[in-house]
Amino acid sequence: MFKDLKTSTARCAIAAVLAVSAATATAEIAQAETVLRIAMTAADIPRTLGQPDQGFEGNRFTGLTMYDALTMWDLSSATKASVVIPGLATEWSVDASDNKKWTFKLRPGVKFHDGSPFNADAVVWNVEKVLKTDAPQYDASQVGVTASRMPTLASARKIDDMTVELTTKEPDSFLPINLTNLFMASPAKWQALYDKAAGDDAKAKAQAAWAAFAGDASGTGPWKMTRFVPRERLELAKNDGYWDKARVPHVDKMVLLPIPESNARTAALLAGQVDWIEAPAPDAVAQIKQRGFVIQSNEEPHVWPWQFSRVEGSPWNDIRVRKAANLCIDRDGMKDGLLGGLMVPATGTVEPGHPWRGNPTFQIKYDLKAAQALMKEAGYGPSKKLTVKTQTSASGSGQMLPLPMNEYIQQALAECYFDVQLDVIEWNTLFTNWRRGAKDPTANGSNAINVTYAAMDPFFAMVRFLQSGMAPPTSNNWGFINNPKFDDLVKKARQTFEPEARDKALAELHAASVDDAAFLYVAHDVAPRALSPKIKNFVQPKSWFVDFSPVTMTP
Amino acid sequence: MLAYIARRIVYVIPIVISVALVCFLLVHLAPGDPLVAILPADASQELAAQLRVAYGFDRPLPVQFGLWTWKALHGDLGTSIATGRPVLSEVLRAVGNTITLACAAAVIGFTLGLTLGLIAGYFRNTWIDKVATSIAVAGVSVPHYWLGLVLVIIFSVQLNWLPAVGAGPGGSSTWSWDWEHLRYLVLPAVTTAVIPMGIITRTVRALTGDILSQDFVEALRAKGLREIGVFHHVIKNAAPTAMAVMGLQLGYMLGGSILIETVFSWPGTGLLLNSAIFQRDLPLLQGTILVLALFFVFLNLLVDVAQASIDPRIKRS
Repeated sequence: MFKDLKTSTARCAIAAVLAVSAATATAEIAQAETVLRIAMTAADIPRTLGQPDQGFEGNRFTGLTMYDALTMWDLSSATKASVVIPGLATEWSVDASDNKKWTFKLRPGVKFHDGSPFNADAVVWNVEKVLKTDAPQYDASQVGVTASRMPTLASARKIDDMTVELTTKEPDSFLPINLTNLFMASPAKWQALYDKAAGDDAKAKAQAAWAAFAGDASGTGPWKMTRFVPRERLELAKNDGYWDKARVPHVDKMVLLPIPESNARTAALLAGQVDWIEAPAPDAVAQIKQRGFVIQSNEEPHVWPWQFSRVEGSPWNDIRVRKAANLCIDRDGMKDGLLGGLMVPATGTVEPGHPWRGNPTFQIKYDLKAAQALMKEAGYGPSKKLTVKTQTSASGSGQMLPLPMNEYIQQALAECYFDVQLDVIEWNTLFTNWRRGAKDPTANGSNAINVTYAAMDPFFAMVRFLQSGMAPPTSNNWGFINNPKFDDLVKKARQTFEPEARDKALAELHAASVDDAAFLYVAHDVAPRALSPKIKNFVQPKSWFVDFSPVTMTP
Repeated sequence: MLAYIARRIVYVIPIVISVALVCFLLVHLAPGDPLVAILPADASQELAAQLRVAYGFDRPLPVQFGLWTWKALHGDLGTSIATGRPVLSEVLRAVGNTITLACAAAVIGFTLGLTLGLIAGYFRNTWIDKVATSIAVAGVSVPHYWLGLVLVIIFSVQLNWLPAVGAGPGGSSTWSWDWEHLRYLVLPAVTTAVIPMGIITRTVRALTGDILSQDFVEALRAKGLREIGVFHHVIKNAAPTAMAVMGLQLGYMLGGSILIETVFSWPGTGLLLNSAIFQRDLPLLQGTILVLALFFVFLNLLVDVAQASIDPRIKRS
C-alpha cells in the first residue's frame, strides 16, 4: 500500500513540475500591448465614482487618472515644488467688488469618456453633487472626502456654456488650490444610469446610479476605465482623445492592484507579477536594487511631527523647551540609520525652495549643546528632567515607522533632559482623538500628539493647526495654539488674491510658525516606490501625486 | 433522527441571536469614529453631524440594532461606508473565494493528516511514527504568516514558479479550474492546510493507536480477519472523532485567515475583515462577522448531524 502511495506521489510531483513549466512558458509569450501593472498600498481599489476615498493615494490612482479638475497640479518637475496650473478651467479671477465671487473660464472642446461635452452645466452639476443636499445627484458618500477639502465653497452658477461662477462663504484666496480636489464626473453618463434604475424612489435611484457609475466611470482624464473587479483590480486604457495631446499616455493599459501588505507587494514585484510597487518594505530595498529594480523617491509635501499642547500648564508653553526639542534630534542619523535613507529631515512644514518657505530666523538643525543650554536656561538639567507625554500609534496612513521613530526621539531627547513617555493607541482612535484636542480626556494626559499630515494646500498645511479658531471641535488645532500673529497672517493670506502675493503671505506665516517652534518638526516622507527597469521616463515630482502619461515601457 | 435534528436546530436559534447582538455591539463599543473611512479628521462638525444623520449613526443603539436585524432578516446587510456597495454582495464574493481556498486546503490538509495519522498510529514508536509526528508538530507550531512568506520567497521570488499574490490572472471574477488559475491557489492552500494537517495527524494517530490496542481488534485478528478488514474497523471507530475535528478545522478555514489572505492578497473573508477593520467600515465589519458566525454555526450543526448518523450513541445522549 505504501509503495503504491510512494509511486503515485512521485507521479503527481512530476505532473506538477511539468504543468508549472508549461504554464511558465505560456506566461513568457510576449504581449503586443504595453501594460503597466501597479501594486498600491490601498486595501481596496479607491472609489472610482469621481471623489476617491483612501486619502491622496485615492486621488493619485482613481482621481487624477480618470478625471480632471478645474485646476490641476503641475507634476512635470522632480526638482521644483508642484504648483497649481490650469486644468479644465483655462483662467480664473476673483470679482474686484465682491471677493467671494470667482469666475472660471472653461476649456473648450473637452469631452467626457462617454462622448458628452464638458461645459458649465457639468461644473455646476459636480459642485452640487457634494454641496446641494436636495440635488438629484447629491451623494453623501462623496461629501466627506470633498467638502472638507474646499471648506469655503458655497455654490456654483452657470454664466454661459463656457463660464461658471463659484461663490465662497468668506473671502478665500485658497479656492483655486482647493479645487484640485473636485473631480468632474459626467452628468450625461450618470443621468443615463439614473434613468435606467428601477423604481420610483429618487434617492434609491440616485444611489443605484452612483453604484453603477462606479463600475463604469466616465470622466475627462487621460485614462478610461475598461474593467473593474471590486477589491481586486482596476484596468484602465489610455484615452487617445485626451484634450492635452502632450499628456496622452504612452502605455496602452494600466492595471491597479490593491496589495496592502508591504512584503506581499515586494514579493509580487520580485516575482514579476507587477512592474511598480508603492512603498516597498524598507528592509527589502537593498534586495530590490540588487535585482535590478529602481527605487524612486522624492521629498513629499508631508510632515511627520509632534504637535504640542499649548493649554495651560503644558511644558511646551516655554519656547525655550520647544526650541530645545527641535535642536536635540539628529535627523540625519534617523534618516541613514533607522529609515534606510527613506526620509527627508524636516526643518519646517515646507523646505527651502518652496514658495511658502519664507525666511525663518530659527534654524532647525541638530545642535546638542545649544539644546542643552536652552533647557538649562528653562530650569532643567541632568538632575531635573522634564517629563513629557506623547500620544502616537503603532501604524497608520503616512505614519511611516511610528514606534521606532518615536523611540529614537525618546532616546535623543533624553540627552536634553527630557523624560519622554509614549502613549501608544490604535491608529483610527488616534485619528479621532486628534480632532478632540489636548483638553479632551482621550488625550490621556498627553501634551503632544504624533499624527502626520499632508501639506499640499495652505489650509491643510498650516491654517488648520495655527489659527486659533481652528481649535477643537472646529478643526485640527489639537494643542489650542492661540497666537494673534498667526491669526493675522492667516487672514492676510486668505484675503490676498494675487497668487504671488498670497504665496508671500503664506511664507510669512510659515516663517513665523518655525520661529515659534510651533511643532517638533522631524521628517518628510519621500514616497518610495520600486519600478521595473522596463519603465522609463517616469518623473517623480515633489508631490503626493504622479503623472503616468509620460511613462513608457520597453519590452 | 428527525427529532434530533429539530432539537439541534432549536438550540441554534438563541446562539444566532446572541451572535448577531455581540457582533453588532462589539464594533459599536470600540473606540473611534464610525465615519472615519469617509470623514477626514478635519471635516467640520456640521458636516460630521450631517453624515452621521445620513448614515443613521445618530440614532440610539437599540434602534440601530433593531433596524439592522430587521434588514438582515430580509437579506439586507446594509451598504459599505467605504465603497458604497451592498455588504451582502461584498461578503458573498469573499465567501466564495474563501470556500475555494478552504476546499483546496482541506483536500491537502485532510489527505495528508489522515495518511500521516494512520501511518503513525500503525507504526507507533518507530522511526516512521517519529517522522510523521515531527511533521505534525511542525505543522501546528510553525506560524502561518512566516511559512507563507518562506513559500513565497522560495517558489515565487527565487524560482518564479508560482504567483506570489492574487486569485487569478484576471482576478477572482474570472476563476476557472484550469492550471493557469490553480497556480494562484497552490501556495495559499498549502499554507492554510498546514495546521489542520498537523491537528488531524495527531488526532488520528492517537485514535488509531488506541483502537489497535483494544481487545476487539485482537479478537478480530484471532478470528482470522485479514488486515484490510481490521483496517476497516479501525477507520469506522475513528471516524466520528476524526470527523468532528475535521469539521471544526473546516469551520476555521471557511472563516478565512486574515494573516494568510493578507500575505497572499487572496480576496476572501480574511482580507475583507482586515480591510473593514482598517477602514473602520462598520456595516461591512458587522455583516462579515455575522455571515461567518452563521456559517460556523451551520457547519457545526451539519457535523453534529453527520456524527449522529454514524454513531447512534451520540443521538441517544
